[in-house]
Amino acid sequence: MSVLVGKNSRVVVQGITGRDGKFHALQMREYGTKVVAGVTPGRGGEDVAGIPVFNSVREAVAATRANASVIYVPSFAAADAIYEACDAGIGVIVCISEGIPTLDMVKVVDYLKQRKVRLVGPNCPGVITPGEAKVGIMPAAIHMPGPVGVVSRSGTLTYEVVYHLTSRGIGQSTCLGIGGDPIIGTNFIDALALFEADKETKAVVLIGEIGGTDEEEAAKFIKNHMTKPVVAFIAGITAPPGKRMGHAGAIIAGGTGTAKEKIEAFQAVGVPVAKTPAEISELVARRLAKRSEKRNQKRVTPRKSMKKKSRLKGRQKKISKNVKRSAKKLDKKLR
Amino acid sequence: MKVHEYQAKEIFATFGIPVPLGEVATTPNEARLIAERVAKKVVIKAQVHVGGRGKAGGVKFASTPDEAYRVASAILSMSIKGLPVKKVLVGECLDVKDEYYLGVVVDRRSQKPTIMVSAAGGVDIEEVARVSPEKIHKFIVDPARGLLAYEARELAFKIVPDGKLALKTADVVRKLYNTFVSVDASLAEINPFVRTASGEMIALDAKLNLDDNALERRPELEKLRDPESESPYETRAREKGLSYVKLDGAIGCIVNGAGLAMATMDMIKYYGGEPANFLDIGGSSNPEKVIAAMDIVLSDKNVKAVLFNIFGGITRCDDVAKGIVAALNQMEIAVPVVVRLTGTNEDEARRILGGASVVPVSAMDEGVKQAISLSRGGV
Repeated sequence: MSVLVGKNSRVVVQGITGRDGKFHALQMREYGTKVVAGVTPGRGGEDVAGIPVFNSVREAVAATRANASVIYVPSFAAADAIYEACDAGIGVIVCISEGIPTLDMVKVVDYLKQRKVRLVGPNCPGVITPGEAKVGIMPAAIHMPGPVGVVSRSGTLTYEVVYHLTSRGIGQSTCLGIGGDPIIGTNFIDALALFEADKETKAVVLIGEIGGTDEEEAAKFIKNHMTKPVVAFIAGITAPPGKRMGHAGAIIAGGTGTAKEKIEAFQAVGVPVAKTPAEISELVARRLAKRSEKRNQKRVTPRKSMKKKSRLKGRQKKISKNVKRSAKKLDKKLR
Repeated sequence: MKVHEYQAKEIFATFGIPVPLGEVATTPNEARLIAERVAKKVVIKAQVHVGGRGKAGGVKFASTPDEAYRVASAILSMSIKGLPVKKVLVGECLDVKDEYYLGVVVDRRSQKPTIMVSAAGGVDIEEVARVSPEKIHKFIVDPARGLLAYEARELAFKIVPDGKLALKTADVVRKLYNTFVSVDASLAEINPFVRTASGEMIALDAKLNLDDNALERRPELEKLRDPESESPYETRAREKGLSYVKLDGAIGCIVNGAGLAMATMDMIKYYGGEPANFLDIGGSSNPEKVIAAMDIVLSDKNVKAVLFNIFGGITRCDDVAKGIVAALNQMEIAVPVVVRLTGTNEDEARRILGGASVVPVSAMDEGVKQAISLSRGGV
C-alpha cells in the first residue's frame, strides 16, 4: 500500500510539450510511473517520446483511463488546468506550478473540496512512492522504499532530509510535498491522516516552516489521532518578521507563524523537533528501534498468557481498525 | 506588495468608499497648497512602509497653510525606523465621534476570505485580538458567491447600533470586500473607520497589501510599488527572479529552494554564526542567475564568507558550477567561497569546479561549519 500515488496510478501530464513538462514526463516514466497521456491544447495527436498527446484532459481520460494528473503549465494557466482535471474525473491532481494568485486558489480549493477530489500543491515538488511511482520533480535516486512517510512544505529541504534518511538505510513509504503557498489542496493534517491509515508507514517525518498555523493544527491532530511516531523539523528560526521568505506562504504576519510557536506546539504534544536536517534521521531511527523493541517484547510473552495475548491482539486490531476508520472519516470531512 | 495609505485611499475611493479630502505632497510647498485647497485644519501623515509612524512623530496636525508648510518640512526631513520619509499625505481633519475597525484577509485556516469588524477601532487590532478576541466579529465568505448584502448588514449591526449608520457601514464592508477581490489583495483594512459629528462614516486610514502572484495580471498595480521601500539589492534580486532578504550577519548564503535556504540560515545560527541574507536562486539553474546572486550577496560589505548550498533536482549542479566559475572570473572576490553541490549532475559540477578557487564540501553541516570558520579568518 502507499499514499495517493502507486502502482495503480495512471498519470496524465498537463503541459507535456513544455520544457519542464516534457523533461519530467520522461523522468517519471523512466522511474516506472505509468505515464499514459499528455495534454497540450492544440497539440492533440502528437506524441512525446511515445506518450500520446491530447487536446483536453477529458479526451486523455476517455482514451487512456488516466486517474491522476500532474500539472506543469505556467502560473496564469494553472488554476484552469486544475479545474479541467477535476471536471474530467481525475481523482488525484498534483500541481507543480508556482505563482498562482491566492484568490484563484481559494476558489479552486473550495470547488475541489465540494467534489472530494484530492489536490496536492500548488508550488510543490509532488509525490513519490519509492519503487512504485513518482509524480513530480524530485530527484528519484535519493529515495528508497521503506517505512517512513515524509510530508513537507518545501522541495529541496525535503531532498536534504530524504538523502539523510536513505544514507542511513531508512526507506520511505511515500514522500509528499504539500507546497509553499498559503492556500494548498492538501495540508499537514490531511497527510498525517493518510499516513496513519497506511499499513506500510511506521513513522512520519513532518517538515514545516514559518507562516500560518498549519503546524500547530498538525500538533493537535497528532495528539488526538496519531498512533504512529512523528518527528518534526521547522525551518525559519532566523527569519525576520514581515518578510516573505521565498515561498508565498512563508511569512511571519502579525506576530503569528513563528518557528518558535510551531516548535513549542510540537514539543508540547511529545513530538521531537530536530535541530538540523541531519538530526531528523537520527530521531527517526531511534523511534523505529523503540517500536520494533516493543514488538519483540510482546513476542516473547510466555505461553501461559497466550490466550490473554490473543485477546489483546484482537482488541489491538479492533482499535487500529477504528483509528483507521476515524482517520478516513476525518479525511473525508476535511476534504 | 505593500502600497501606501494615500494609494490605498485612492483605490478605495474608486470603489466608492468614503475617504477624507486630501492629497499627497513631496515638498513643504505642495503641502501648503493642499492645505489651502482643503481650507480647514489638516493632518499630515508620513507615507512610509513601517508601522508605528504615529508614535515616531510621523503624524501631526496643522491649523493653517503656513503651519502645514512647517510641519510637512519637519516630517519630510525625518526617517522612521531607518526609512527616510519622501512623501506626506495632507488630509482634512475630521471631528471623530466613534472609531471602528473593518478588515478583509485570506484566512489560511478556513482557506477563504474572512471579514473582520470591531467596535474597538483606532488601536492595534492584533492587540485587541489577543486581549479581548470577543470584540472582533469574524465572517467567512463563501468565495463562490461572494459577500452578500445581508451578510454585510448582519456584520454591521453587530458593531453599529444605529440603523442608518449600520446600513452605511454595511455598504462600506461590501465595497471593501469588492476592492479586496478586484485588486487581488492579501489584506484590505480600514482602521479606524470613523463616525463623524455630522453623522458620516469615513475611512480615516487605509491599508492595502497586494498578492505578488497576481501582479502579473494587474500591471497597473505594479506601478504603485515604491522603490524606496526596498533596498536596491532587493529590487535587483526581484528583477532577476531571485528571492533575497538582507540580514545582518557575516555569512552570505546562496541556496536553491526557500525551505533549504531557511534551513541553511538556521544552521549557521545553530553552529554559532550569523547569516547575512536569505537568497533562493529558484528552480532554474541559469548560470547568469548565479552570477547575479553572487553580485548581490557580495555587495553587502558585512559578508566575510559565501556559502553555496545546492541540492540539485530541477536545478542542475553543473549549471550552478558554471555560474560560479564565471562569477569568479568576472568579479573581484575577496572572501572565501564554500561550495556544496549535491544531486543532478554533481560529478560534472565537481569537474567544472576542479581548478576554481573555492572550498568544496560534500555535506550541508560541513559547509556551514567551514563557512563560519573561514568568515572568522580561520582555515
